[in-house]
Amino acid sequence: MAGGIVAPVRRPLVEGHKTYHQITEDLCSPTERTPTRAWVIAFIAAVSLLAYGLFCICWTIWMGTGTWNLNRTIGWGYDITNFVWWIGIGHAGTLISAILMLFRQRWRTGVNRAAEAMTIFAVICAALFPLIHVGRIWVVFYFFPYPNTRGALWPNFNSPLLWDVFAISTYFSVSLLFWYTGLVPDFATIRNRATGLRKRIYNSLSFGWTGSAKHWQRWEALSLVLAGLSTPLVLSVHTIVSFDFATSVIPGWHTTIFPPYFVAGAIFSGFAMVQTLMIMTRKILKLEEYITLEHIESMNKVILVTGTIVGVAYLTELFIAWYSGYVYEQFAFFNRAMGVYWWAYFGMMACNVLSPQIFWVKRFRRSVLITFIMSIFVNIGMWFERFVIIATTLARDYLPSSWSYYYPSWVEIGIFAGTIGLFFTLYMIFTRVAPVVAIAEVKHILKVGGDQYIGKNATHKASSHTHSETDIIHEH
Amino acid sequence: MRQYNKEVIYGIYGDEEDLLQAVRNAKNKHLEIMDVFSPFPVHGMDQALGLSESRLHYAGFVYGMIGTLTAFLGMSWIFTRDWPIIFGGKPHWPVPAFIPITFELTVLFAAWGMTITFYTICGLWPGVSNPQLDLRTTDDKFCIAFDKAEVSESDAKSFFNETGAEEVNSKSI
Repeated sequence: MAGGIVAPVRRPLVEGHKTYHQITEDLCSPTERTPTRAWVIAFIAAVSLLAYGLFCICWTIWMGTGTWNLNRTIGWGYDITNFVWWIGIGHAGTLISAILMLFRQRWRTGVNRAAEAMTIFAVICAALFPLIHVGRIWVVFYFFPYPNTRGALWPNFNSPLLWDVFAISTYFSVSLLFWYTGLVPDFATIRNRATGLRKRIYNSLSFGWTGSAKHWQRWEALSLVLAGLSTPLVLSVHTIVSFDFATSVIPGWHTTIFPPYFVAGAIFSGFAMVQTLMIMTRKILKLEEYITLEHIESMNKVILVTGTIVGVAYLTELFIAWYSGYVYEQFAFFNRAMGVYWWAYFGMMACNVLSPQIFWVKRFRRSVLITFIMSIFVNIGMWFERFVIIATTLARDYLPSSWSYYYPSWVEIGIFAGTIGLFFTLYMIFTRVAPVVAIAEVKHILKVGGDQYIGKNATHKASSHTHSETDIIHEH
Repeated sequence: MRQYNKEVIYGIYGDEEDLLQAVRNAKNKHLEIMDVFSPFPVHGMDQALGLSESRLHYAGFVYGMIGTLTAFLGMSWIFTRDWPIIFGGKPHWPVPAFIPITFELTVLFAAWGMTITFYTICGLWPGVSNPQLDLRTTDDKFCIAFDKAEVSESDAKSFFNETGAEEVNSKSI
């Protein structure tokens, strides 16, 4: 993308008049320094949380799921709430790298690497919950259809829960491939700066990458097709998660609006978690010139749009419940808003629908502090959304004599805390071993996104003779 | 380390636009370029080098179709031939219910098949050490390499001089 016409409204995506070498230095050095004291303290905290979570998981497996506060009425509680929450968070990474790649959004290059890593770690956290919830984790391979000696007993391919097994394992492994293929050239960059054992490790991780023109051509072809495959995949995963609910006959779950509503919510929560992580990462690793206010503002716009879609979905659900004339449906929604769990519904509405509306104001979209606080709000709000859908619906079912109330036991809270520990442990290891921003991709957009080429501080004129924007698109 | 038994002369450039001009120049002079190395994909390089379009996506389509057929025929065989079970009075061959898994397996096979093919045809794999002409080509330098068996050393040197190469070196790989 040497040269290229850039619309005058575009603002720089790489600040500080970076040269190619400076980009390599800035992005490789976090993996080459000894960890700071702050990193070590945070890492110990994350690992401790993870250790406590592992203890609670072992406790559950040893004692059984009776250690959770689930009961005959409420069969899904914290476990599925946390599962859906994490899987939703795991949607931003592949959305950024796949959909934004197809739309040629250049700002993705600053955040795609870390967001994809976050996706993979979030899916790991999510997948833990169904594995534990089945109770007998040692026979969990029964999920998979393979010729067996149990009378050739196959899983039920009609069941959305089985579709989920396929969707999430496909999503995890394809995201991993996409992420790793992007990492290979950057590992080669680190390798060529390293010596000794470190060089050997990175040589292995980089698969012997040299940067040959034919390899780059195939690499781009592969990235583009993986992006094309991942785009419907991202949308399918949360659609199928929503089928877990929508194909049931429970009032409040049995709604056709669920797939788009869940997908919008997933993107919403995913971007919020990306903001939470990116704002911390750019500060600690001093990457403010790569993850700029432009990036933060762009993601805030996505949060505003998806948050509003989610808000419209909530209101549509209420309207359709009333309009259906079906008393059970009407009761389910009345109970959500005004029943025993009114506080969860209120928290959901406040965090997801009302609070993102402040992003209509440009000053707030470009404020790091407000973005950080908002991202936490959205994370909490989206957790409440899943809790509202799952627990409040089950707590008041068809039969008033079996109505119940659910609150988590210490084991369930411990497992949830443990997944947060796992997530941050993996993310912090990632920031130590891999470049958090995609080096090759940032170099690739430097001449159309660097502040010495575009924007008001430009010192070089972007050369426009080599390629126009349309050429770049047609090349693929 | 892989051995190619080649004597290579190569020039280092500091900017991708100089590199691109140099490659076009070499093509005009009918100098056979062995390879070009860059720290990131340079747009226009494929045309300048005359590389044919990658056929990787055709392979991806075939892998995807294998996934589609595996899933759809597999589920159909299981539910109609191997062990027919009635679930909630639904038909034995519920095609709409097969769509999600068929889609997921299509994506899974296409993605894994293409990625494995990519690494195999590029000769990239864990433990492989491909010879590198200059370590800076993964940082900020761009490199054009000629095989001395194809292009004489004097031709190469005058070419690099004309096109503004920063350095010219030789290496056997």
